[in-house]
Amino acid sequence: MAFLTEKSRKHLANRHRKARMFAWLCAFITWSSVFMLGVLLVSIAFDGIGWLNWNFLTSFPSRIPAKAGILSALAGTLWLIVMIAFISIPVGVSAALYLEEFSKRGKLATIIELNIANLSGVPSIVYGILGLAIFVRFFGLERSLISGALTMSLLIMPVIIIASREAIKTVPMSIRYAALSLGATRWQTTWSHVLPSAFPGIMTGVILALSRAIGETAPLILIGAASYVAFLPKGPMDSFTALPIQIYGWASRPQVEFSQLAAAGIIVLLVVLLLMNATAIYIRNKTEKRFK
Amino acid sequence: MALSEPLDTTADKRKASEAVLELQDVSVLYSGKAAVKKVSCTIWRNRITSIIGPSGCGKSTLLRSLNRMNDFVDGVTIEGQILFAGQNLYGSAVDPVEVRRRIGMVFQKPNPFPKSIFNNISWGPSINGYSGSMDELVERSLSQAALWEEVKDRLHESALNLSGGQQQRLCIARALAMEPQVLLMDEPCSALDPISTAHIEDLLFELQSRYTIVIVTHNMQQAARVSDYTAFMEMGNLVEFGETDQIFTRPEKKRTEEYVTGRFG
Repeated sequence: MAFLTEKSRKHLANRHRKARMFAWLCAFITWSSVFMLGVLLVSIAFDGIGWLNWNFLTSFPSRIPAKAGILSALAGTLWLIVMIAFISIPVGVSAALYLEEFSKRGKLATIIELNIANLSGVPSIVYGILGLAIFVRFFGLERSLISGALTMSLLIMPVIIIASREAIKTVPMSIRYAALSLGATRWQTTWSHVLPSAFPGIMTGVILALSRAIGETAPLILIGAASYVAFLPKGPMDSFTALPIQIYGWASRPQVEFSQLAAAGIIVLLVVLLLMNATAIYIRNKTEKRFK
Repeated sequence: MALSEPLDTTADKRKASEAVLELQDVSVLYSGKAAVKKVSCTIWRNRITSIIGPSGCGKSTLLRSLNRMNDFVDGVTIEGQILFAGQNLYGSAVDPVEVRRRIGMVFQKPNPFPKSIFNNISWGPSINGYSGSMDELVERSLSQAALWEEVKDRLHESALNLSGGQQQRLCIARALAMEPQVLLMDEPCSALDPISTAHIEDLLFELQSRYTIVIVTHNMQQAARVSDYTAFMEMGNLVEFGETDQIFTRPEKKRTEEYVTGRFG
């Protein structure tokens, strides 16, 4: 390159080298974490795949590994997901809408916002203690699905509120002004325009939060989900177990068969998780595409 | 009405009209700082009034105070009175939702809803309890906005697929569907190309017989072309208000003359 002096040419080469090194470093870090995940998945699949059959999915837990299955835990987890969704989505989204669309910017709003941010960082076991004290004892809901669902809803509420607020914030003000200038009330504007526009973003946040909830073990252990349940819950007041608890129960036994059962349980949990995420992405894309 | 006193020659034309909005010492303050200072003028029925002035002179702020869109800005206060059909828009008995239903608005950037063309028009009337034929209303509104022929075969497609100029006419149609008494337009052509701008200006002439229009514009030629009355604002003050011909050919104030002849702004 004739038009560069020797000095600036060297300097430029040096800068390019640094850029390349940084890119390599980033790629290495990315791939090493993907690699670790791969190792984890392969080793779980290796241990668990042999136990994964129809029998495993349709049997209750048992002292005999060959007869043990995951039915009650899977049912418990599905019950929990549905109940948590019904509790946390309306409450969380309403709270986000209130904070973004209706509340006056002031001291109270700031305090609420700060507390929500703090709550999202509180360890899950603390929510477990709270759930035990309030739902199980104070409201006398016993060690039931509803206690578990309420506790988990509390746990993921801050995440839903924060994600929903971010989604609501991305709706352009011009849409709100357009609606308001037609003589719409704040509520009509919010319901017909803000909420539908924010829906895909809210959906993403909700699914991430629900995924967190179904993987949580600590709060459920505290409020007393049983690790051996040989029946299916028939209603929200029944006692229950859930996938992570069943997995934990098996993993803590000394026999190697049980640790393989735990691996099979993990595969089921992962599949449930992936199915949930896939559903969410499907719903999101469908609503996003409608008018674009 | 001190500012329009010298306009006796135009009294005949004004007699044919009546006041729709009367501004009396209107000031708009953002957190105590005045953006519009003691503006008084009258908006006449079935006339186009344009507000011109350099950037930041308060013309958009003034416009937005006419249908209470300023209510959504934190820390805004309005002083003085804006009489609409004899009632102060900012009186305690007045519901701002009702004000915006009667006084429509078209914004600077086209802002159609991310819905179908049909639903863009029908949403306003439907939430306000319109009970007639929605198909007719949509056709009538789109025709008034000179958009019907272009979109009649794709009413149920997304409004976002329209061009910028079409989107802006859709926004005008959407406002017209409410049959407002006054239509406020905040630099409606500033985001559009010259051909779309010409479309909208033609449209303004068509609408004039039925609607009272107040238009804020950056473009002096536009103000001269389309409006019957022109208000010139600077630094929040209404410098001069009068018939457009007079403002552009025989302005009373030196500042106005300097501005309309392009010596500043």
